[in-house]
Parts: sequence; structure tokens; C-alpha cells
Amino acid sequence: MYVAVKGGERAIRNAHAWLAEERRGDPAVTELSVAQIREQLALAVNRVMAEGSLHDPDLAALAIKQARGDLIEAIFLIRAYRTTLPRFGVSAPIRTAAMACDRRISATFKDLPGGQVLGPTFDYTHRLVDFKLAAEGDAPRAPTGAADPGDVPHVMDFLNREGLIEEARPDDTPPPDLTREPLELPASRALRLQALARADEGFTLGLAYSTQRGYARNHPFVGELRIGAVAVEMEIPELGFAIEIGEITVTECETVNQFTGSKTEPPQFTRGYGLVFGQTERKAISMALVDRALRWEELGEDNVGAPAQDAEFVLYHADNIQATGFLEHIKLPHYVDFQSELELVRKLRRTAGADGMQEAAQ
Amino acid sequence: MKDTVDPPHARKAWMSLLAKAPEGRAAALFDAAMTRPDFTWLRRPEIGSVMVRGRAGGTGAPFNLGEMTVTRCALTLSEGVVGHAYIQGRRKADAEAAALIDALMQTEAADRLRADVLDPLAQDAKARRAERAARAAATRVDFFTMVRGDD
Repeated sequence: MYVAVKGGERAIRNAHAWLAEERRGDPAVTELSVAQIREQLALAVNRVMAEGSLHDPDLAALAIKQARGDLIEAIFLIRAYRTTLPRFGVSAPIRTAAMACDRRISATFKDLPGGQVLGPTFDYTHRLVDFKLAAEGDAPRAPTGAADPGDVPHVMDFLNREGLIEEARPDDTPPPDLTREPLELPASRALRLQALARADEGFTLGLAYSTQRGYARNHPFVGELRIGAVAVEMEIPELGFAIEIGEITVTECETVNQFTGSKTEPPQFTRGYGLVFGQTERKAISMALVDRALRWEELGEDNVGAPAQDAEFVLYHADNIQATGFLEHIKLPHYVDFQSELELVRKLRRTAGADGMQEAAQ
Repeated sequence: MKDTVDPPHARKAWMSLLAKAPEGRAAALFDAAMTRPDFTWLRRPEIGSVMVRGRAGGTGAPFNLGEMTVTRCALTLSEGVVGHAYIQGRRKADAEAAALIDALMQTEAADRLRADVLDPLAQDAKARRAERAARAAATRVDFFTMVRGDD
């Protein structure tokens, strides 16, 4: 029997009206502007851009406002908006070696050209709640110093000179695009990196942490972490030459991993790579660790059965929009499905009851 | 009107500058410099995306990092010069101004636009970059070694 259920429209309309009222909160408190979110909750904006896989700070800030600060809901809004945009083209690969660095640190070399530049970091703060921020105050100003002109070289270049680390050889194979073709296995490294760049930060962090605790341990050091602005260049077909179409901030993390060698590779250091939109260093480091764990096969390492080595497990569960869509749909009406299950359980119990009585009679 | 367009590298430089200008800035400088000429649209301002690529390990095989929003348009001045704009973000009015400037840079108005629009935009960009670089420089660690020893 199929029973059509109607009658939810008024309830839904009123629920959404109440949502709008709750979103605004107490009207006696000043309304939050999109520009305030963009400027003062910048790291939330960065996460929404990274996992929404669309760089547009104003749009991400608006989505955060609409989602009442629920970042996964905001990411959902960005992903939905993204699908409405015509694709004008693809950029040339960004040149992170030419980054205008806000931050650049290495855990492997103390003294290196360009130096250890801390940037606007939470590191070395005491993690004590600062009650001064509860009061309105003047805009703080940071001290300035004399900057060196020129690009900051990548740390990996120094290790490369000795041949102690695997090289990332230039290669111009056009990468697959999981926004155009469904994710299929085996996934190339290019596809894995795309999936990881937009993967849920919490999931990626948990997997990365599992590798540190011993599930596919690969002894990572942060060879280099850099955050800063890079130009995005694209070939314009109607012009026949490339122009810079914008500038974005990204976080790049390169790990140096111990590697004792395999049947095909000499003992050397290997690398994991993380690249994420915005100032998002926890995510970028996590991405590099998971990238390295997933490379076990090409490096000839053993599969120890760790979750972070299992490309299918990682890639099919890392996307928080896919995950939340499937997870949250179970709260929506399943009245008919459940009716059939209810009937089945009743029938099984009747059968079991009858058998039980039969046994008792024997 | 010049019979040839500027060499691509010059055009590339001004188009790149216009693409990265802060919201409303190029249009404000442009309107202060001159009245806008008549034009017809070849392509009205349109918002879309560009897939941004990175390279594995910074230098290896390319991969798709994620998209960014871009606004583009194309127009032609009454004398037939074509202007294009591809600029970051969702900014139709800015794209229109950028395409007009691109077209006019190929005409006798070029010198005036360079002085009144492009040079100030380049100075702004340089100043913004220098300000961040100076703040970064102040956070550079100066290691020194504590002297230990028996003497």
C-alpha cells in the first residue's frame, strides 16, 4: 500500500521563517556584515573556500552568515553555487616558488636562505582566553622590518642538490578533474591531491594523526610550510597569450619522510605534498601526511592495511558534502521503508513464537 | 588610432594589473581621468569560474586545486578597437571598466590612462605587497647561539 503524504508545506514555510529569525538573533545586537565576517573570521572563510573548492572570500563570508556559522552547511552552499558557474578555463599551474610569503618555516633546517618567517601565527601563544578582545579597542598595528626583495627559494631545492630526496620532476600530463568525471579507482596522485585539497579538515587531520601514531608510520618532518599570495595566470583563447586573472592566498606544505629504500628505489628521503586555498596550515600539513601514506604503492612500500593507505577508504569518505548528504538523509521521512521493516519484524516474531510453542508442546 | 596593438607583453601587464585591482578602484581612477566613450558589447559581463592548478611537490605533475570566480566581458569602441577583461571575483562593473581601459590603451588615450589609472594601480599593488612583506620581515627569527664552554 502506498500512502501519499502531504501537508508539510505550511510547517516548512514557518520553520524557514523561524530559521531566518533565529539567524538574526537578538535584534538589539548589531547585525553582522559580510565584510566583518570576511575580515574578522578570515580563517573560517578560508576553510569554506578550501572545502567548497571555490576561491571567493565574499561569497564564502556570505555563506557563513546564511549558514549561521555552520561551516559544513556553508561549504554545501558554495558547492551548490559552484555548479551554476560556466567554466571559463583552467589556469597555468600556480608557481609557489614565486609566492609573496606571509609565513615560511622549516622544521628541518634552522638556517636557510629567506629565513624562518613566523607570520601571523597562533604558534607560541599561550592559548589563554584573551578577555581584552571582549572590549572594543583600537585596531592593533604590527611592527615592520626590512624585507628582502626577490623570491624565497623552496627548502627542497637544498636537499635535491645532494640527491638525497626524490625529485618532483616537471611533467605536463593534463590532470583528471573529479568535478567533471566521477571518482574512479585506481586514482592517480593528481586525482588524490584534488580530492584531498577539498577534503574535510577533520577527517584529513584524523587520518594524518593515525599515521603519526603508527598506522602506516612514515616519519614525517615539515620540510617547509609557506603561506602567501600567488598570481593565477591563464591563457586567454581570444587573445592568444596568458594574463594574470587574479591573486590568491594558499598554504603549501612539503614533508620530508624517512625512506629506507625498496626493490626499485635507493634509500633517500621521500615527500608528501599539501596545497590548500587560504591560510589553512592544519589542513595543508594533514594533506601532506595523507598524500605520503597513499603513495606506498608507487614507492614499493608494504601495505600494512592502515586506513590512511587505503585510497578507496580515504577518497570515498573524505568529502564532507557527500558524507553529510548521505548521513543526514536518514532523518528525512522513510515512513514507507520503515513500515515494510515493521511488517517483517512482526512476521518473524509470529513465526518464532509459533515455533517456540511447538517446541514447548513436544 | 594606432594601427597596431601594443606588443602582448605590455597588454598582458595592464590586463593583469586590472584583474587584481581592488573592487571599484580601477573604475574610480578611470572616471576621474576621462569620460567613458561609447561602445558596443561583444560579450556582456559574465560570471564564471576558472579551475586553478597546482603542481605535486611544487614542481611536478599538475593537479586541480579548486576553482576561483572570474568575471569576463568584451566590447568594441566606435572606431573598432576591441577591449577584453578577465578579472578575479564577481564584479561586472569592474569588468566593464577594465575592458574599456584595455580598449583605450590601444588608442591615443594610452598615455593618459597609463599615468592616471595604470601607474596608480601599480603603485597601490606594490605598496600592499611591501606592507605585508615588511610585517613578515619583522617576524623573521634571528637565531643566536648561547655561548657555552669551560673557558
